[in-house]
Amino acid sequence: MDYIDKKTLQRSAQQEKDEFIKAIFSLIVENESGVLSRVIGLFAGRGYNIESLTVAPVDDHGRKSRINILTSGTPMVINQIKEQLNKQIPVYQVVNLCQQGPYVARELALIKVVSKGSERAEALNLADAFRAQVVDASVDSLVFELTGKTEKIDAFVDLLRPLGLVELSRTGIAAIGRGCQTI
Amino acid sequence: MTNAEHKKSGSDETGQTVHTMTGAEVLLQVLADLGVEVIFGYPGGAVLPIYDAIFQQDKIRHILTRHEQAAVHAAEAYARSTGKIGVALVTSGPGATNTVTGLVDALMDSIPIVCISGQVFSSLIGNDAFQEADTVGITRAATKFNYLVKDKEKLADKIREAFYIAGSGRPGPVLVDIPKDLQLAQVPYVKKEIKSHPSYKPVTEPHHQAIKDAVTAMKKAKRPIFYTGGGIINAGPHASEGLRKLVKLSGFPCTSTLMGLGAYPASDKQFLGMLGMHGTYEANLATHGCDVLIALGARFDDRVTGSVKDFSPNALKIHADIDPSQINKIVLVDIPVIGDVARIIELMIQEWEAQSDHSVDQEALKNWWEQIEKWRAVDCLKYQQDTKAGEVIKPQHAIRRLSELVKEKSKEAYVSTEVGQHQMWTAQYFPFESPNHFMTSGGLGTMGYGLPAAVGIQVAHPDALVIDIAGEASTMMNIQELATIKQYRLPVKIFILNNRYMGMVRQWQELIHGGRYSESYSESLPDFVKLAESFGLKGMRARTIDELDTMINAMLDEPGPVVMEIQVEREENCFPMIPAGAPHNQILLGPVKEKTKTAS
Repeated sequence: MDYIDKKTLQRSAQQEKDEFIKAIFSLIVENESGVLSRVIGLFAGRGYNIESLTVAPVDDHGRKSRINILTSGTPMVINQIKEQLNKQIPVYQVVNLCQQGPYVARELALIKVVSKGSERAEALNLADAFRAQVVDASVDSLVFELTGKTEKIDAFVDLLRPLGLVELSRTGIAAIGRGCQTI
Repeated sequence: MTNAEHKKSGSDETGQTVHTMTGAEVLLQVLADLGVEVIFGYPGGAVLPIYDAIFQQDKIRHILTRHEQAAVHAAEAYARSTGKIGVALVTSGPGATNTVTGLVDALMDSIPIVCISGQVFSSLIGNDAFQEADTVGITRAATKFNYLVKDKEKLADKIREAFYIAGSGRPGPVLVDIPKDLQLAQVPYVKKEIKSHPSYKPVTEPHHQAIKDAVTAMKKAKRPIFYTGGGIINAGPHASEGLRKLVKLSGFPCTSTLMGLGAYPASDKQFLGMLGMHGTYEANLATHGCDVLIALGARFDDRVTGSVKDFSPNALKIHADIDPSQINKIVLVDIPVIGDVARIIELMIQEWEAQSDHSVDQEALKNWWEQIEKWRAVDCLKYQQDTKAGEVIKPQHAIRRLSELVKEKSKEAYVSTEVGQHQMWTAQYFPFESPNHFMTSGGLGTMGYGLPAAVGIQVAHPDALVIDIAGEASTMMNIQELATIKQYRLPVKIFILNNRYMGMVRQWQELIHGGRYSESYSESLPDFVKLAESFGLKGMRARTIDELDTMINAMLDEPGPVVMEIQVEREENCFPMIPAGAPHNQILLGPVKEKTKTAS
């Protein structure tokens, strides 16, 4: 329970006081207007960093939504973010997946490339290697869809930059714990 | 049921009687069900249906303040002096935006209030309608929770929920925004209570292992200290009683934050006075030198800690708070105890008695007290008051005499303050013996708080002695409330220490900004006696030391409201002082005492 968590934090925070750690917060929130604004406002108001954010309803009746936030900070700040999120009235639950155990985190990207000839052929080859789908094509353009870890998408995007990449749309990560554990 | 008898009635599936009334009537009915007796507010276009319903009932009294900010401060002080939830009612747009300062004030000091704001018709929301403002957007970061009621079926429950959220867990302000069409619509009403919430579940029962660990650490302490805060007062009289018992049982010294004053009696020998920036020498050095720090319902504010890395550097820290986000926020603690502080204290007392085979090292405790008495002997609050007729009044002396003369009349005063030097001097020179008697803006430091706060206190305690200890600059910020005082014949005493400066600003400019008194003098002040008279109130003035006692007595003997101007030493500074960001052992004493300190 909380008591033990807090005592653990005390020790870890003393050891790595100023070291930044990564955190993926998954929040179950009431699906009502203003909740996302409340969460984002909290990050802005208290000077916490948001690296990516996803949100969508997750239950049958559309009453609850899940928000995934990728952030980083010192252990003390990460603990504060968790507690401050927990304190928000319409928030049911907050879990730091990085702390909870093994997890899967994935992102989806749509990538538009405008090129011809060998560049276009090379882009298609790379897409094959990365298992990206072609979801739209015209004579001069291609749109790839790629799902995977953030690093994989970064790598694919970097390779496409010299091959005519003109537009990029990414979702930010959706994440879930491995195994039977749920939040 | 006041207005409902003649309304349509039916019953729901559970057989409960469902009455249909207008939204405005439902609001007042629910407030009455919740035990609300008083609302502080100001009417306007978007709350006219509510004011119409107020006019037609007699359960709830409405107090008309002269500004919406004042309505919120009055509601805050009403709440803090009674332990009930304060209620403010304002209109849309400017009415709502004027509440923001009061809401943040209540948020910072954990004061339970519910603010009802009117909103333009639902169909007009988002159209930049007349007196439209995005009230929930603007107040989202200013409240514990807020919402715009969109569904008329939910109106009653949303009001009940607001009260539950405001008053439970760590208390705070909740705002409910109600569009005008909902106030006019026919809305179902069923009598019921709300005592839980699906996604908000505050922890009140502490972890028993944490209590055990805390008491074990306390028993092993050689140089312990209790550091108590406003949480004790919020937790109710039971918490203050428990604290007194625990402090006596342990024999430990006790210090308090500004917000906690009164929870432990100031006259008791184990009380060291307030700690922090303008705290006493003994409280700050004891906090710095302790080996076990027991923080109860306090949040390690920067005005308390000074330099965080040097704060109580060698102590094992126990931190009891109802809000888990306060634990390890500023200072890393060794033993966190999350729960209702009244319950925590109760369990600590039980555990203290259960661990009777372990007793405190009395020899060490005795040495610790000897050390503390040496610090206390420095007499850090000493000031020099020349008592010859015609001499200038020292502000510290004015407050000390006020407290002494109140005591001579066997009265216990409710005191509010504004913000600045006079507020710190009140904390230092006006001893509080019981909780809920000191109303001040601690966290936000809102100038203009004290006068409307005095209104709220006097409304809650019509027969009590209520004094607003003020500075001339702060009191000008909500001076319009003199009209409220007049209208409701509130016998408030407004005790203005006039040094014709924004004293605390001037003090910092003297000490930190090379004596460049940029904009900190009070220019073009009114004649406070004439000002009082123009509002139909009694005005009094003391110019010199020989007039002081006479005028204070005259003020206290006056049955009605009084505006008292005390002309004080213009450039007196507030000491002791820990400069911002400095550790507690670098405390500055005043010019009278600085010599003594170097000698000791």
